[in-house]
Amino acid sequence: MALEITAARPDPALLDLPWSTPLEEWPEDLLAAFPRGISRHIVRFVKISGRVVAIKEIKTDIARREYEMLRNLRRLGLPAVEPWAVVAGRVTPAGDPIDGCLITRHLQFSLPYRALYSQSLRRGTASRLIDALAVLLVRLHLAGFWWGDVSLSNTLFRRDAGAFAAYLVDAETGELREQLSDGQREHDLDIARVNIAGELMDLEAGGLLQEDRDPVEVSERIMTRYRELWQELTGTEIVDTGERWRVDERVRRLNDLGFDVGELEMTTDIGGTSIQIHPKVVDAGHNSRRLLRLTGLDVRENQARRLLNDLDAYRSYFGRQADDEESVAFDWLREIYEPLTRTVPPELPRKIEPAEFFHELLEHRWYLSERHQRDFSLEEVKADYLTHVLPTKPDEKDVLGVDTVEMPVIASED
Amino acid sequence: MATVKFEGATRIYPGNDHPSVDKLDIDIADGEFLVVVGPSGCGKSTALRMLAGLEEVNEGRIWIGDRDVTNLSPKDRDVAMVFQNYALYPHMSVADNMGFALKIAGVEKSEIRKRVEEAAKILDLEPYLERKPKALSGGQRQRVAMGRAIVRSPQVFLMDEPLSNLDAKLRVQTRTQIASLQRRLGVTTVYVTHDQVEAMTMGDRIALLKDGLLQQVASPREMYDRPANVFVAGFIGSPAMNLITVPVTEDGVKFGSHKVEVERGVLSRAGSHVIVGVRPEDVQVRTEDDGLEIEVDVVEELGADAYVYGRPVAKEITLEGSEEGGERPFIARVDGRNVPEKGQHIYVFPNAEHLHVFHQETGERLA
Repeated sequence: MALEITAARPDPALLDLPWSTPLEEWPEDLLAAFPRGISRHIVRFVKISGRVVAIKEIKTDIARREYEMLRNLRRLGLPAVEPWAVVAGRVTPAGDPIDGCLITRHLQFSLPYRALYSQSLRRGTASRLIDALAVLLVRLHLAGFWWGDVSLSNTLFRRDAGAFAAYLVDAETGELREQLSDGQREHDLDIARVNIAGELMDLEAGGLLQEDRDPVEVSERIMTRYRELWQELTGTEIVDTGERWRVDERVRRLNDLGFDVGELEMTTDIGGTSIQIHPKVVDAGHNSRRLLRLTGLDVRENQARRLLNDLDAYRSYFGRQADDEESVAFDWLREIYEPLTRTVPPELPRKIEPAEFFHELLEHRWYLSERHQRDFSLEEVKADYLTHVLPTKPDEKDVLGVDTVEMPVIASED
Repeated sequence: MATVKFEGATRIYPGNDHPSVDKLDIDIADGEFLVVVGPSGCGKSTALRMLAGLEEVNEGRIWIGDRDVTNLSPKDRDVAMVFQNYALYPHMSVADNMGFALKIAGVEKSEIRKRVEEAAKILDLEPYLERKPKALSGGQRQRVAMGRAIVRSPQVFLMDEPLSNLDAKLRVQTRTQIASLQRRLGVTTVYVTHDQVEAMTMGDRIALLKDGLLQQVASPREMYDRPANVFVAGFIGSPAMNLITVPVTEDGVKFGSHKVEVERGVLSRAGSHVIVGVRPEDVQVRTEDDGLEIEVDVVEELGADAYVYGRPVAKEITLEGSEEGGERPFIARVDGRNVPEKGQHIYVFPNAEHLHVFHQETGERLA
């Protein structure tokens, strides 16, 4: 059988990889990082044409299915890793067939949860990771994706203005439906809960969990956060006819959560004394879309919110409320954002992204002002940050290989 | 422990005209291992998920024991989906790997320990309970993962293609393990697969679905010996049964130049033609003109036996392809010491005792 590579944008460099060798035996000099853990499937990270890709060895039909599924998820605008290629028809020199491979692009500045735990952590990191996962799960469910294997291991996290944004990594068990039933959503939630508890208990058993909170208790948070968010996004609300402002308030609340409302269904009761409102949420990304429109900056939701707040502060500080929003945004970008993020030391781009850097500067300004009881200019803040904070930060651009440390449930000889 | 009953259970997906599962009636006995099998899209996974509470039941009812669970949430049904992607946690002991989900469910420590020990006994894992999974062999690790489902002691186990991501060798190994474990535990189990070999080797009984409709539910032996219709006949058995449309005569059917006697009562229910089914091992092979003339394309030598793959010389005769249409070869098992050559013409006819006769239009079994 001939080697068969399916890719949206194929790179001839793919052909140079040793496909006739099982992934486990690939020479180390090819690998971008050697995975420390063991995952259910063999996974390796390889540098091709200057970028890092993750290669997972898996049965060809499953690889194809997952490739299509990831493409569909991205087409729907959902946060998932980018599938790059499927390699099929692999055989050893002796002619024995080998499983296929799914290749995904490494998500820059993403962190596996275990890597986060190997750093010294701020309090509440577990909760913030779970909050991010809850948002991801709600978004997937709104789009009709039934995940089937929700866990911290199957998710990657990117820093997002002090919080995290979660990305789906493993779509092997997933299915896309028109709509999910309550039973299906609950099933995912139940799996999420058990997996999260297991993952945290494992960290605890390995002495890696610095917080002394009970994993079972922490895992409960996925249920409550998910349900709160789902209710807020999809729940029907009844307001008094005299309180019509509450319709507007609901939309604003959803926007604050980062979601856009596509339609708002309103029905009055027969007597006309109350209105029932039911929003139809389109998707997350309200703030990041707004920032993109105003400034051309493409950043994550919380970062966008943070930047927009600073933009608003800039606008009122200079008394430009009457000015056109776009032109104020243009000036803010030129006078504030770009000077701060453009001139940075060379190691910075490996450690932190510009929008997150800006967020950290704003945080640091607050911290300095609090400590010294005076105002600081952003230039002063930057100088202090570069001297005192940045050197303590790890490189996070390409953190690889510590994603899953589960054991493969694969029988060999007993 | 419990019985399971599907009673006219129907699932219609929104926007679909046809039900994905159509008026399914199955009675599953307490402790039985039922395998639901069928080609992709036949509704087998949907049926399982209806039982699990993951798909709505639009019509009909589902019972577990004497409880009507049709509208119960998955949690309240006391069933466990045995999940193919169970992870093992490297820092936790084998006992904790098996029991941690019970801790989440708020089960008492002593009770957890008790159930883990019981499960370990059944799984031959007792000596390893305090070890880390890394110290176990692959097969033992897999049993730990199964232990996670067992300690929940549900009334029914549900398994949806649990072997689909294993390679062929592991599939066979794990298949045997699951089947023997189920027998030791005696817990009612519903197992979904697309693989008829898996179905034949594992189940006490098999339920075969096609297009959402139950074709037959029976023991593997019954399914093999007395398939209810042409579809079942073509699906069960490997290599597949030969199915050919032949003319009916006064007291039998004509198989090429060979006449096979069939009971008159049977023929009276047929039209001018019937579909005749004959398994490869029930084919008589002659070198002289007696039967249907076949040109040999491939011979598969298996030592004691050989399988002969060929096609009828008469172009107008084609074999029924029960799965995806297209031309199917005629397959005959022959003595390995007496094998025809490729390109040779042979004559075949069915062994009269093992003849399957189906109605030409309805495909239903006549005899």
